[in-house]
Amino acid sequence: MLFSAENLSVEIDRPLRDPVSPVRGVSFSLDAGMTLALVGESGCGKSMTCLAIAGLLPKRGRISGGALKLDGQDLCALPENEAQALRRRHLSSVFQDATGGLNPVRSIGWQVAEAVRLRKGATRHEAQAEAVRLLGRVGLPDPERRAREYPHQFSGGMNQRAMIALAIAGNPRLLIADEATTALDVTLQAQILDLIADLRSSLGMGVIFVTHDLGLVAQTADRVAVMYAGRIAERADVADLFAAPRHPYAHGLLSSLPERQAQGGRLATIPGTVPPIDALPGGCAFAPRCPRVSDRCGQEMPELALGAACHHPLPPGRAAATIREREFS
Amino acid sequence: MTALLRAEDLRKSYQVGRGGLFRRARRFNAVDGVSLTLNRGETLGVVGESGCGKSTLSRLVLGLSPHDSGEITFDGAPLPDEGSDDWRHLRRRMQLVYQDAAGALDPRQSIGTQIAEPLKIHNLPPERAEQALADVGLPQAMAARHPHELSGGQLQRVVIARALTLEPELMVMDEPVSALDVSIQAQIVNLIQDLQQARGMAYLFVSHDLSIVHHVADRVAVMYLGQVVEEAPKAAFYTRALHPYSKALLAAVPVPDPATRGRAAPRIGDPPNPAAPPTGCRFHPRCPHATEQCRVEAPALRDFGGRRAACHRIEELSQ
Amino acid sequence: MTWILLKLLRALVTMGLVLTFVFFVLRLSGDPTLVLLPDDVDQATREFYRAKWGLDAPLWEQYTSYLRALLQGDFGISFRNNIDAFQVVWDRVPKTALLGGTAIAIALLIGMPLGVLAAVYRDSWLDRTVMSIAVFGFSMPNFFLGILLILIFSLKLRVLPSSGSGTWAHLIMPAATLGTGFAAQIARYTRSSMIDVLSKPYMRTARSKGAGLTRRVSQHALPNASVPVVTILGIKVGEMLGWAVVTETVFAWPGIGRLLTSAVASRDLAVVQCIMILLAFTMVAANMVVDLVYGWLDPRVRVGARAQA
Ligand SMILES: Nc1ncnc2c1ncn2[C@@H]1O[C@H](COP(=O)(O)OP(=O)(O)OP(=O)(O)O)[C@@H](O)[C@H]1O
Ligand SMILES: Nc1ncnc2c1ncn2[C@@H]1O[C@H](COP(=O)(O)OP(=O)(O)OP(=O)(O)O)[C@@H](O)[C@H]1O
Ligand code: SF4
Ligand code: SF4
Ligand SMILES: [Mg+2]
Ligand SMILES: [Mg+2]
Repeated sequence: MLFSAENLSVEIDRPLRDPVSPVRGVSFSLDAGMTLALVGESGCGKSMTCLAIAGLLPKRGRISGGALKLDGQDLCALPENEAQALRRRHLSSVFQDATGGLNPVRSIGWQVAEAVRLRKGATRHEAQAEAVRLLGRVGLPDPERRAREYPHQFSGGMNQRAMIALAIAGNPRLLIADEATTALDVTLQAQILDLIADLRSSLGMGVIFVTHDLGLVAQTADRVAVMYAGRIAERADVADLFAAPRHPYAHGLLSSLPERQAQGGRLATIPGTVPPIDALPGGCAFAPRCPRVSDRCGQEMPELALGAACHHPLPPGRAAATIREREFS
Repeated sequence: MTALLRAEDLRKSYQVGRGGLFRRARRFNAVDGVSLTLNRGETLGVVGESGCGKSTLSRLVLGLSPHDSGEITFDGAPLPDEGSDDWRHLRRRMQLVYQDAAGALDPRQSIGTQIAEPLKIHNLPPERAEQALADVGLPQAMAARHPHELSGGQLQRVVIARALTLEPELMVMDEPVSALDVSIQAQIVNLIQDLQQARGMAYLFVSHDLSIVHHVADRVAVMYLGQVVEEAPKAAFYTRALHPYSKALLAAVPVPDPATRGRAAPRIGDPPNPAAPPTGCRFHPRCPHATEQCRVEAPALRDFGGRRAACHRIEELSQ
Repeated sequence: MTWILLKLLRALVTMGLVLTFVFFVLRLSGDPTLVLLPDDVDQATREFYRAKWGLDAPLWEQYTSYLRALLQGDFGISFRNNIDAFQVVWDRVPKTALLGGTAIAIALLIGMPLGVLAAVYRDSWLDRTVMSIAVFGFSMPNFFLGILLILIFSLKLRVLPSSGSGTWAHLIMPAATLGTGFAAQIARYTRSSMIDVLSKPYMRTARSKGAGLTRRVSQHALPNASVPVVTILGIKVGEMLGWAVVTETVFAWPGIGRLLTSAVASRDLAVVQCIMILLAFTMVAANMVVDLVYGWLDPRVRVGARAQA
């Protein structure tokens, strides 16, 4: 096993108010060369989970419990500088806003070369050459020239490629892609996904792929963790999840997709809205919106068992919900 | 029957960068010769990538920003001049719903006041505001609240309610659900469709999400760099798109079904800068079927039995 | 290139307005012969000088002939010293340049690092201390600080000379007086600019690369944060020249500032005007330097067009 999060919890201090816990007891694991998708609606704690893993939590935030194991070594138990050194060597991240994520006053080549030097400790010259090689590797045309240019001279897609080049500098073993394609057009998104998949298999990286788009999950992930209000609602192999979701929330999400509806009919919906994380109901956080809710749900927090954190999960192995046929010519 | 909305060869240019003392700023057409019709009670989906001119087109057809050339007729009559009495009167019959619901509302005014505002402007009975709130499925108590007390989905309902108060015949919706979470998206899509059924409004539904458009539209128009490259009835479009760009777009949509994985899909490279569109067919640098002719000669939008497409090679490619 | 022309044009117009204003104010506010000549000279002598200095012509004519001479590079004669006004002013330039340059150096060398530290350790005791000092330095009137320094270092401790110029010891107090206020302002601008930059997504990228704090601050944040600071600096040069007048007076520093006060007092028009032109010129030059530095710091200014694949 390459990486596992065990019971990870994150707390963020707030001035003049109680701290909030955007991540509460999240566990998952992944192997080398595998993609785990972290999916859920806005504010459910996907980014906080990633930042905690990457050691990039905001100043007021901290890991308040659990373990992060990289090759069996618990990052949370190591002294801070050793943990950061391990992260630096083996782990890297790509975020949504690639253009904002690159320094506007430094050339693309400089920024990639810096990553090479920090992760591998090469000479300036070697790092520069390696940067150009990496930029070519992520499909940037004419990398030699492009390396001398600045982020504002690149399109959004090119900047995302540059960010990926920066992330794979020094061959990390775990890549965290937090909504890495969300800001891109579908045609670009498809290309960036191809690139990530290609790098994953050629470099043998594990990938944590964060998204709110179930279509992307279906197309990229091996395993899926569906998050709701800071916890994992369901954890499953991708085929199983799409064939037979067990948690009512996962089921609701999948049913609300237009692709899964009869033509022209109404979409299935999940009533209500996600509660704010500082005002969660007791017991199961999904209870106010859940069609299967019982008295027990309001009192007792369901534990993750057999892949679903629910007192009344849907039965496994129902017939796959139908996906509309679409012909591509 | 006359179409409710008809646009003929619309053009709108914007300036690129700043001009100098001795240099005129360069301009480019963000909307470049777009023609479309929309019938009563119908939904036309407009899809296309970021920057292709969807939002610009939305504002143009409502007369909210002036077009450089072309013609717009609403219910058989040309759009009156902006600011005239007729123009103001027409506002009641056509409404715009923006993508950014939070930005379209005033944070300091209560929801009720904002929904009633168009009624006040047009001297209509304020009771309609309550009805509109009910129509979009919000409790009356919401009227007293302020925008920051509402969720994204609720805000989008408010914006729709505000547009509804005037009982328009045409609603232009610019990405009405793009900013919403999946589960909320479905709620709003249902609402939009229910309202249409109850009132027979026509929708110009702008979106970059082909799945949603598939669900709500009757016809689909695909825009590329300011031009419509294909327009077709929904079923025809989604089963057999004609234009190479439409095909690439459809192929790039991530289908939420793991069984479809590994489907070989054409990848068409990065989009060009909208402010400096390529010559000939604007799609040629990304088109897998481009020929020399495509590089120099812009293809016309041609009729193919109830649908239109702009490509030199449609006949060959559909064999 | 057009922007340079526009800038020059605007500077020229401003300068013209200033010159006209100063000309009329000085001419209408008093007769130089009354100030410069001894009280007991007879009317004939006075008339002689009036004619010699061209003060007998109608005001309008004086103005046009002054402008005409100016366009030919003739700044006129200093009434007081009876020599070329430009020469009088030019002799003082090195002194003021030395004072101003040292003050700017102090402002940057003290202000920038303090601002950076305050931003990096935001809300800590360090931040609060630095900002308190900055508020203090900022609100302390220039002349008051000067006098305070003189009291302490010249009169009490007797380690530094209270006036004059010539040695490094003479420079310390005036430069510190002039520089302190600016150091405080620079510290505040640097701090807010840094705070803004530190929250940018690219700083997180740097962190995720594993760059240490020093590297993140010096290589990533500072180059971005200094862009607005440089802009401010360009604007402040003018203000600084204003304060230089006060400082030079307090320390009897024989620079442009002191020359200006005495020239105004004696209605020595040619000298005042010459100083005005020099000041305007300095400010335009400062602006241009800022633009150059700006382009050097920020590639978005340097390479304008947005190229795409
Ligand atoms: N500095 C903060 N102080 C308090 N709460 C915070 C802070 N930052 C984030 N949160 C809260 O933490 C929760 C989780 O946020 P997170 O960014 O992880 O969500 P996400 O799943 O990534 O959502 P999105 O899809 O919008 O990116 C949110 O409810 C958010 O309001
Ligand atoms: N006011 C404006 N001034 C100058 N250029 C503009 C202006 N508004 C839009 N543009 C440009 O016109 C083009 C079309 O913009 P428009 O907003 O219509 O695109 P869009 O299809 O709605 O894109 P998106 O999907 O990102 O909303 C873009 O290249 C945009 O940069
Ligand atoms: S625990 Fe109860 S409320 Fe929660 S998801 Fe399961 S059935 Fe629904
Ligand atoms: S005209 Fe040519 S380049 Fe354009 S879409 Fe058709 S085949 Fe492709
Ligand atoms: Mg996030
Ligand atoms: Mg738009």
